[in-house]
Amino acid sequence: MARAERHLDHVPAAAGRVPGIAVDNLTVGYNGRPAVVDVSLELSSGSICALVGMNGAGKSTLFKALMGFLKPSSGSIRIAGSGLRQAQRRQLVAYVPQSEQVDWDFPIRVWDVVMMGRYGAMGLLRWPSADDRRQVRRALERVDLWPLRQRQIGALSGGQRKRAFLARALAQGARVLLLDEPLSGVDISTERLIIDLLIELRDQGATVLLATHDLESIPSFCDRVVLINRTVLAYGDTSEVFTQANLLRTFTTPAPAAPNL
Amino acid sequence: MDLLLAPLLQPMEMVFMQRALAIGVVVAVVCAVLSCFMTLKGWALMGDAVSHAVLPGVVIAYALGLPFALGAFVFGVGSVGVIGTIKQHTRVKEDTVIGLVFTGFFALGLVLISKIRSSVDLTHILFGNLLGITDADLVQTLVISAVCLLVLLLLRRDLLLFCFDPTHARTIGLNTGVLHYLLLTLVSLTAVAGLQTVGIILVVAMLVTPGATAYLLSDRFDRMTWLAVLSAVSATVLGIYASYWFDASTAGCIVVVQTLQFLLVMVLAPRHGLLARRRSP
Repeated sequence: MARAERHLDHVPAAAGRVPGIAVDNLTVGYNGRPAVVDVSLELSSGSICALVGMNGAGKSTLFKALMGFLKPSSGSIRIAGSGLRQAQRRQLVAYVPQSEQVDWDFPIRVWDVVMMGRYGAMGLLRWPSADDRRQVRRALERVDLWPLRQRQIGALSGGQRKRAFLARALAQGARVLLLDEPLSGVDISTERLIIDLLIELRDQGATVLLATHDLESIPSFCDRVVLINRTVLAYGDTSEVFTQANLLRTFTTPAPAAPNL
Repeated sequence: MDLLLAPLLQPMEMVFMQRALAIGVVVAVVCAVLSCFMTLKGWALMGDAVSHAVLPGVVIAYALGLPFALGAFVFGVGSVGVIGTIKQHTRVKEDTVIGLVFTGFFALGLVLISKIRSSVDLTHILFGNLLGITDADLVQTLVISAVCLLVLLLLRRDLLLFCFDPTHARTIGLNTGVLHYLLLTLVSLTAVAGLQTVGIILVVAMLVTPGATAYLLSDRFDRMTWLAVLSAVSATVLGIYASYWFDASTAGCIVVVQTLQFLLVMVLAPRHGLLARRRSP
């Protein structure tokens, strides 16, 4: 725990708990050009954290690093106390993509998408067991999509699409959820449903990290906020960090010039 | 009745036509199943590249008396490795690199064919030789097709996930690198199988068109696969007959029929066809 406490000066320590996400001095980028520099974060399990920054501030780079798509040039990432790859194999991490990243014309039904959340827990041929089906049904019911399970995913509305991918994360049973703009382009009722669901997951001990542009809704359900612009500008409890002054800094500070490597 | 069936039955009295039809159908089935993944992954250009790049491998394997599949695998997957390396280390854009590498490999194959003295007939490799297929080629093609089809069927769920959402695949601990190269290997091997029927130049049509046709007809992957198979098999059968009746290039006939099928479906498909779209914008 000594390592954990080093970065906890501004976060109340969840005593004796392994943090859901622990990022330590992470520098990562593309082709040797760092896009985020020296990021340290520690998200305790049972918390919701908003990741806020301008476009190009490094939000998606950080997400890519957290999913193992980019190799850090320095620093480390631990998920629930284990290395990234191991955590992924143990089905600890779920990712809910931005709508723009999904091929909505793909010939696949809502049910199949949610079932893909169970693949990691299945045998090599991915034959779903009765339990897998049960989990998928439960996840679909929880996001109110059970009646639409046979629909092709593109035949869903914007809010329903978000919920379908959230259901996949639920079916997976992950302890750490990474969500990329889960509230963008959804109606009020879906926003309410998603926020309630995230709060419920938090109360069950999940660690939730969401990139969001929807600043207004943040104080209503996020325990912590990370403000980033190539590096962490501020990180801590929402009440302390989510201030006008900090936001101004986040959205106006020019990014420090990239060192040419 | 006899009058109607005669044009269909009479060609079948010849052994070479029976063989052509049998092997053509087998290859059509494998290519059709793979083409669904290619269409959904957006790998048509990659399929074109790999299927051309296997040429030197096939020629070398032929010269050394090794199985075609081995040479195709080495050069097919190797070409993708070369493409990746060049892309990573230069500023040249990916489609340029793909175009550059596969034509280079293909040209190397042409040089090798012209220099290696063997019974390899260039035109057979380039344009297929369905009507004159040898026993050895027949066995190899059947084995390759069977292996590819088995792998595609057993791992279809992982491959589908890889096409749909590689990020999720990775997040749940699947090895997306392995899936990537598995799919490329299947393309290389299938290209060798397809080489027998339509030749190396047109094999990409077998790897793309049936999937594209089926994609316009269904919103469910399993149905899409069946429709792709149906389309590829019917095009092959019709194409072989057409080439017999009109004494025209077999490969050409098969691919022309496939393309006509696509155009027809593009206009008439119940939900995604042009007419349907016009009716309900």
